[in-house]
Amino acid sequence: MTETLVPFDEVLERYDPAFGLEVHVELNTNTKMFCGCPATFGGEPNSQVCPTCLGLPGSMPVVNAKAVESAIRIGLALNGSIAEWCRFARKNYFYPDMPKNFQTSQYDEPIVYDGYLDVEVEGETFRVEIERAHMEEDTGKTTHIGGATGRIHGADYSLVDYNRAGIPLIEIVTRPILGTGAKAPLVAKAYVAALREILLGLGVSDVRMDQGSMRCDVNLSLSPKGSDKLGTRTETKNVNSLRSVERAVRFEMSRHAGILDAGEAIFQETRHFHEDTGTTSAGRPKSDADDYRYFPEPDLVPVAPSREWVEELRATLPEPPAEKRARLQAEWGYSDLEMRDVWAAGALTLIEATVAEGASAQAARKWWMAELSRAANDRGVELAEVGVTPAQVAEVQKLVDGGSLTDKLARQVFEGLLAGEGSVAEIIDARGLAVVSDDGALGAAVDEAIDAQPAVAEKIRGGNQAAAGALIGAVMKATGGKADAKRVRELILEKLA
Amino acid sequence: MPEITRDEVAHLADLARIDLSDAELDHLAPQLQVILESVASIQGLAGDDVPATSHPLPLTNVFREDVVTPCLTPEQALSGAPSVEEQRFAVPRILGDEQ
Repeated sequence: MTETLVPFDEVLERYDPAFGLEVHVELNTNTKMFCGCPATFGGEPNSQVCPTCLGLPGSMPVVNAKAVESAIRIGLALNGSIAEWCRFARKNYFYPDMPKNFQTSQYDEPIVYDGYLDVEVEGETFRVEIERAHMEEDTGKTTHIGGATGRIHGADYSLVDYNRAGIPLIEIVTRPILGTGAKAPLVAKAYVAALREILLGLGVSDVRMDQGSMRCDVNLSLSPKGSDKLGTRTETKNVNSLRSVERAVRFEMSRHAGILDAGEAIFQETRHFHEDTGTTSAGRPKSDADDYRYFPEPDLVPVAPSREWVEELRATLPEPPAEKRARLQAEWGYSDLEMRDVWAAGALTLIEATVAEGASAQAARKWWMAELSRAANDRGVELAEVGVTPAQVAEVQKLVDGGSLTDKLARQVFEGLLAGEGSVAEIIDARGLAVVSDDGALGAAVDEAIDAQPAVAEKIRGGNQAAAGALIGAVMKATGGKADAKRVRELILEKLA
Repeated sequence: MPEITRDEVAHLADLARIDLSDAELDHLAPQLQVILESVASIQGLAGDDVPATSHPLPLTNVFREDVVTPCLTPEQALSGAPSVEEQRFAVPRILGDEQ
């Protein structure tokens, strides 16, 4: 098969992309979907299992109410309809990641259908239609032993840990997204980012893509420009970062175009995404292996959420993120550019919390976007994990506002906080950072400055108050920047009146 | 009248990982056809006023609270496994692909 990659701009000259996204979200319930085993990470292998999630004979599943509640809330937040009646189904396949030889899922009766999410890319809004969201269970974790790469091909045997088997999953499936053209990779990324933000706001999942609690499959096809017929698609599995979503769409567009340009047909298959190279490689063909022989799960009765329950849950929904952003921008008086930067830096909720602790929006933005963003960058961590809390930022700013810290001293306090030197008060104490506004101490420094620069002093005596700047500078220098500049000015003018 | 062909039975057997010989297929395929015909005659009795059902109990929304219950110990969990390594179930090399 030809593997010529067509440059992205050229792809767009000849083809229209269509893509769809399937996102799996692991819920953060206490227990698994169908049994009371803990759904937490990091347990010893096979320590969070019971007869039900091991598929032992005679065991019976019972649905976790909280998982259904989360599914409904997700559906509502995605502007979806909630089924009045739906069932679970068995998806039959032979693979040891499910000890039952089937995964309990939903098939033709998903709990959520017909939703949408509007996403904005470079000032243009795209509506992503959500076909369905359904409940299912996660699979166990297999480790392949032998073989060169640790991947499945060439493995001699596999080891299975079933702690993850049965953890509640919600799979959210879009309809094919058309008409995005050159913005396809960005729309895909923006959709996953928006979805992640909504799920985070709902508090239903950790949505950590790096840890697998949110996983994304990207379906993509190209059709000749102007044609309204969808091309053959490929499904790229396990695209596990926002950046990778964008790259996977971009790469598959270039790869498909190369094949189509050569007059060949796209082979319908799953593809594996490689984070390191940003490329995909062939997985298994889509064929008989996809004959899962779904049938209604006889061990579970239907789920029929009452309309009252659905409305109760609707009332628990947080403010939609896009509306919240618009409201905060208005409240904070940020420009579009400032807001975009804050959003891109992951500082929105941090600034919100800092403002809630009493700091002004401008001050909160200043610290988070400058000192702390820089530190996060240097350390290669998310801003939220940089080691300084919104409460601390507000505390430092309060001291600046009250005159006991200057901006310069505040920067040193943050340095101390980032270095883990203790609380704000401890750092100020240990580093001796308090502003000197005591007249005795300042008076001496002012006198020295006047003595050292008699010519300047003479000008001020003559009424040239602007000349005081030179003396203030000298005092600041002498006090290591700790002097209260406003008080210093007052003292100079008093003494030279 | 629904029909199930010999090829379809062979395909189903393959999906279910049941190794059927040609002789068994010849024998079983017509039997399955008879079973399907019997089921079809029941279907003929159901009028439009009888909804399809997948469950004999007139119940919905059987849930449990999201409360942790005791698990098996790893030793118990692995006690029936033919092969164990690193406290995990050891299974034969898997052909095909990760799900």
